[in-house]
Amino acid sequence: MTEHVRAVQPEPDMVQLLTPEGERVERADYPLDITDEQIGQLYRDLVLVRRIDSEAVALQRQGELGLWASLLGQEAAQVGAGRALRSHDMCFPTYREHGVAWCRQVDPLTLLGLFRGTSVGGFDPYTHNFNMYTVIIGAQTLHAAGYAMGVVRDGAVGTGDPDRDTAVLAFFGDGASSQGDVNESFVWAAAENLPIVYVCQNNQWAISAPVATQSRVPLYQRSAGFGFPGLRIDGNDVLASLAVTRRALDDARSGQGPTLIEAFTYRMGPHTSSDDPTRYRLGSDVETWKLRDPIARVRAYLSRSAGFDAEFFAAIDEESEQLAVHVRAGCRALPDPSPESLFDHVFVELPEDLRRQRAEFADFVASVAS
Amino acid sequence: MTGLSAVPDGLTTMAKALNAGLRRTLEEDPKVVIMGEDVGKLGGVFRITDGLQKDFGEARVFDTPLAEAGIIGTAVGLAIRGYRPVCEIQFDGFVFPGFDQIVNQVGRMHNRSAGAVKLPITIRIPYGGGIGAIEHHSESPEAYFTHSPGLKVVTCATPSDAYWMIRQAVADDDPVIFFEPKRRYWSKGEVAAQPGPLYRARTVRPGRDLTVLAYGPMVGVALEVAEVAADEGRDLEVIDLRSLAPLDTDAVIESVRRTGHLVIVHEAQRTNGLGAEIAARVQEAAFYSLEAPLLRVTGYDTPYPPSRLEEEWLPNVDRILDAVDRSLAY
Repeated sequence: MTEHVRAVQPEPDMVQLLTPEGERVERADYPLDITDEQIGQLYRDLVLVRRIDSEAVALQRQGELGLWASLLGQEAAQVGAGRALRSHDMCFPTYREHGVAWCRQVDPLTLLGLFRGTSVGGFDPYTHNFNMYTVIIGAQTLHAAGYAMGVVRDGAVGTGDPDRDTAVLAFFGDGASSQGDVNESFVWAAAENLPIVYVCQNNQWAISAPVATQSRVPLYQRSAGFGFPGLRIDGNDVLASLAVTRRALDDARSGQGPTLIEAFTYRMGPHTSSDDPTRYRLGSDVETWKLRDPIARVRAYLSRSAGFDAEFFAAIDEESEQLAVHVRAGCRALPDPSPESLFDHVFVELPEDLRRQRAEFADFVASVAS
Repeated sequence: MTGLSAVPDGLTTMAKALNAGLRRTLEEDPKVVIMGEDVGKLGGVFRITDGLQKDFGEARVFDTPLAEAGIIGTAVGLAIRGYRPVCEIQFDGFVFPGFDQIVNQVGRMHNRSAGAVKLPITIRIPYGGGIGAIEHHSESPEAYFTHSPGLKVVTCATPSDAYWMIRQAVADDDPVIFFEPKRRYWSKGEVAAQPGPLYRARTVRPGRDLTVLAYGPMVGVALEVAEVAADEGRDLEVIDLRSLAPLDTDAVIESVRRTGHLVIVHEAQRTNGLGAEIAARVQEAAFYSLEAPLLRVTGYDTPYPPSRLEEEWLPNVDRILDAVDRSLAY
């Protein structure tokens, strides 16, 4: 069981700006210019994102979703990174970045459609500068590198104009760090000095495989071999995630190239609703990580050090209830796609042979209905 | 229209025609970029991109790291950003490391985004055998792609088609896999003044007795067969399929309704190859016109052989004539 012990040992040089007990830590290399009101807004994000997640878990159990991939425990890594983005930066998620989607103003119901089976993605990535969820592990990191190549060719790096300079944020997990696509993306990013920031949420588990299955070195050290910096942050610390991602994005926009951020965190729930983690990991690990909860520490800071009162927390709880109603009712009201839509958007222009298949299908549907 | 290069004049090799076509796409659309292994200074191992980096710069014609998944995956990202990438896969057998990106991403992202994202990516693949190469340099992997939704797959057989089809493929807003018959790179022909439709088959030799359907490198062989058969008093019709996906079977069905006989020829292995799908569609549409079973002349269901055996493995004039004889004698 030594892997379990090793897996939850943070690195000594891990960047942490808010301790699990809610104490601020100042670091000269990652100064964070932030007001308590702004920390209060991050708290709101964290609470609401967790609520979306817990409602989705419940909806899956009630049979309203076919599947759900819970982000429980990873809210801080995602909200910090998501709030570090500027609106014109582009973001490439996996299928678990519900917290980043929230920061990019993607309606949670859009995400639910994918898991309910009413769409295969279904949103316009340009509206939110948030690409579609990618289910094939690691594939999106290459798309992010290619997008960043386009940014470079558009002359949108290192101009000094904050409205023009653009960075790309790519997410992946500890499991994906073994994928060729992720490693090839690192090669491209380094070779072309791309304006890209990788956030690896190391939640310790690739379904049932502990991170030691993927790597014998800390994941953030992988980037050194490719020739760009990497560092580890406390992934349960929203302030560390915000400060470090913000600086890495600034570096990317100004032409200083890629950064790998390993957000050291823990997947508190199962891989997805179909998984049973009691078969492969110790309950005591989960208990250890509960003490590092990403939300409790922000609440402790706000109430103890920033003087936020019960009214503030009650207002967010009320907002959370309203959001839950929206998620529950909205999910049940998601319309099933029409049968004819099967053939939509397979191509920009549907070729003749597919038009014939569609007509054949429509005739059959009509014949059964009559 | 100043600054646009003209349609190649006189006899042109397929390689030069492709080069001219690519040059024209770079001139016409500033979003076109050409990427792949050795496509820059070297001009590609077959020199298809010769001189393009010199004339259009390293931002638009560039060498990539040596990783095919990376070539395709970054092309997807470039396309999301608004570019129109043309990827060169150096040899047919090298496409498989990029296969996941092609099948799971290139072919599906337009659908996944409900039409919001267009991926106007052209993936050029020199394919087929007959050049005495070592393993993985003579494959015909087209059926993997025609089986996968969201991809268009075309192949040229002449310099004229090479010039026009590459221009049309690059201009298409859907992803196109563009198979180039590498053993025909040095064959010469005249380039037509105007293109035909990209996704249509073409009758390249009219005939009355039997239809031979071929594509890519096998069109030339099929025409040779027709010449030999003509000496024996048999009038063969030869159809160049050109578009493998969408599969245009209208011309072959119309032809078989007249001739009653069909021989399908491709280099790729037989089982579940294009010939199987074509045969299925023809019998569905022209069952009562058939005078004989549909026959296929293809590579065998083995790995591509060492080059000293490739002439035996590949469909050749004798094997196709044998099939013609069997069909007509049925």
